Amino acid sequence: MPGKLIAVEGLDGSGKSTQIHLVHEWLTGLGYRVSFSEWNSSELVKAATKKGKKRQLLTPTTFSLVHATDFTDRYERQILPMLKAGYLVLCDRYIFTSFARDAVRGCDPVWLRNLYSFARVPDITFYFHAPLEVTLGRILAGRPRLKFFEAGMDLDLSPDLTESFRIFQGRVMEQYLKMVEEFRLTVMDATRTIPEQQHRVREIISERIDLPRFRTRARA
Amino acid sequence: MTTKQFFGAPLPGVDPAELKGSLIVIEGPDSSGRSTQIGLLSQWLEQNGYAVAGAGLKRSTLVAPVLEKAQKGNVLSPRTMSLFYASDFYDQLENRIVPALRAGYVVLADRYIFTLMARDMVRGADEAWLRSLYSMALVPDAVYHLVVSTGNLAERILRARGSLDYWESGMDLGLSRDWYESFVRYQRRLRAAFKRLEDSYGFERINGNRSIPVVNRDLKSRVQAVLSGKGPAGGDNHGNGETGGGRKPEGERKPEGDGLGAEKRAEA
Repeated sequence: MPGKLIAVEGLDGSGKSTQIHLVHEWLTGLGYRVSFSEWNSSELVKAATKKGKKRQLLTPTTFSLVHATDFTDRYERQILPMLKAGYLVLCDRYIFTSFARDAVRGCDPVWLRNLYSFARVPDITFYFHAPLEVTLGRILAGRPRLKFFEAGMDLDLSPDLTESFRIFQGRVMEQYLKMVEEFRLTVMDATRTIPEQQHRVREIISERIDLPRFRTRARA
Repeated sequence: MTTKQFFGAPLPGVDPAELKGSLIVIEGPDSSGRSTQIGLLSQWLEQNGYAVAGAGLKRSTLVAPVLEKAQKGNVLSPRTMSLFYASDFYDQLENRIVPALRAGYVVLADRYIFTLMARDMVRGADEAWLRSLYSMALVPDAVYHLVVSTGNLAERILRARGSLDYWESGMDLGLSRDWYESFVRYQRRLRAAFKRLEDSYGFERINGNRSIPVVNRDLKSRVQAVLSGKGPAGGDNHGNGETGGGRKPEGERKPEGDGLGAEKRAEA
């Protein structure tokens, strides 16, 4: 495959989106061929999931399937063609998000892995790890109104939105930690400052990927 | 009575031991007589005192409207389409079929995972992936596959609708520019895919070329055998509504002895 795939994973509030955004800026600034894709962002699927989420119609299985549909749409339409065309593809969340969250919701881990078996494992997957108090603090400080599914309210963990969110996030973290070895996730210390983390991320990318290969060809 | 099972991984939050009803599936292409037969079976079952619930494809509130739209625009990749259908299927399984089975209903499903799998197999989907995708489906108590010759099928469709359907003719596959020719080839491929599924999932083939009443008698005797021992003894009532059990009972019902006394069919 001529392209390379880089993904970021982590809990809400781990700072992963900030980091991948900075990577994107860095690589485009250098004139490389870069493409960016975000979890749960396919226009087509959004229309379907919005209603289900709003009316809280989703079960663990259908929740998982609508996200898989979204991913597949982006994967086949964007990610895979970009990789074939020799792009650096950056993904804010990848299949590991489903493996973690859906497993917490009770989906069978083997079923989940089969579901996404067509997707390439990224060349680098950064997992931004920080203690739960840190990520929870970041989220709860800035955005007090949590959404139903985001807080894991469908799991009946607690009638209180914030408490449910805490418990849910804790369980998701356990799942991520279990995957570190299975998928060789690159664990990043998400308690460090943003520039410190970004510096390390760029170092790792430069070490593992032959970046000059992705320079846009000189115009004729 | 055997407990319900899943084909593979269990559906999160569902205890199969609670599912006291029966799941009967009718498979077959459009115009094979599925809905007519389901209508007749449903009436007959209710007259015999069974509460009946229906299920089908593309009926879930979750994704059906989007699927409808996407099908018109032909903008989905085959795998995205598979997943939309799978979401629709599981939505119905969890929100319609499972609750009805819990309440002791007979669920008559107008197609099930097999149609979805066969369609995708014809379109080159990986069979192992498909089997896993649908592995959380409940194993039905019986699956009847209405098989109709392609010639008969085309004739029925053309007589009823005056034209062939884009998807049922497999026009998206580019088998032929000629609609009739494409229809014939597509249906042949579908049948081959069904045959593969039939062998591994073990469902019963019903000759759908026969007249409606003949097919119905065949189906009734099979359904009767499946349900015997599971529902009220209603005698040999072939749909003339003479029995007293015509009301839809609320909730579960108790099995009364061996019921209709027909020999028990081997469970699928």
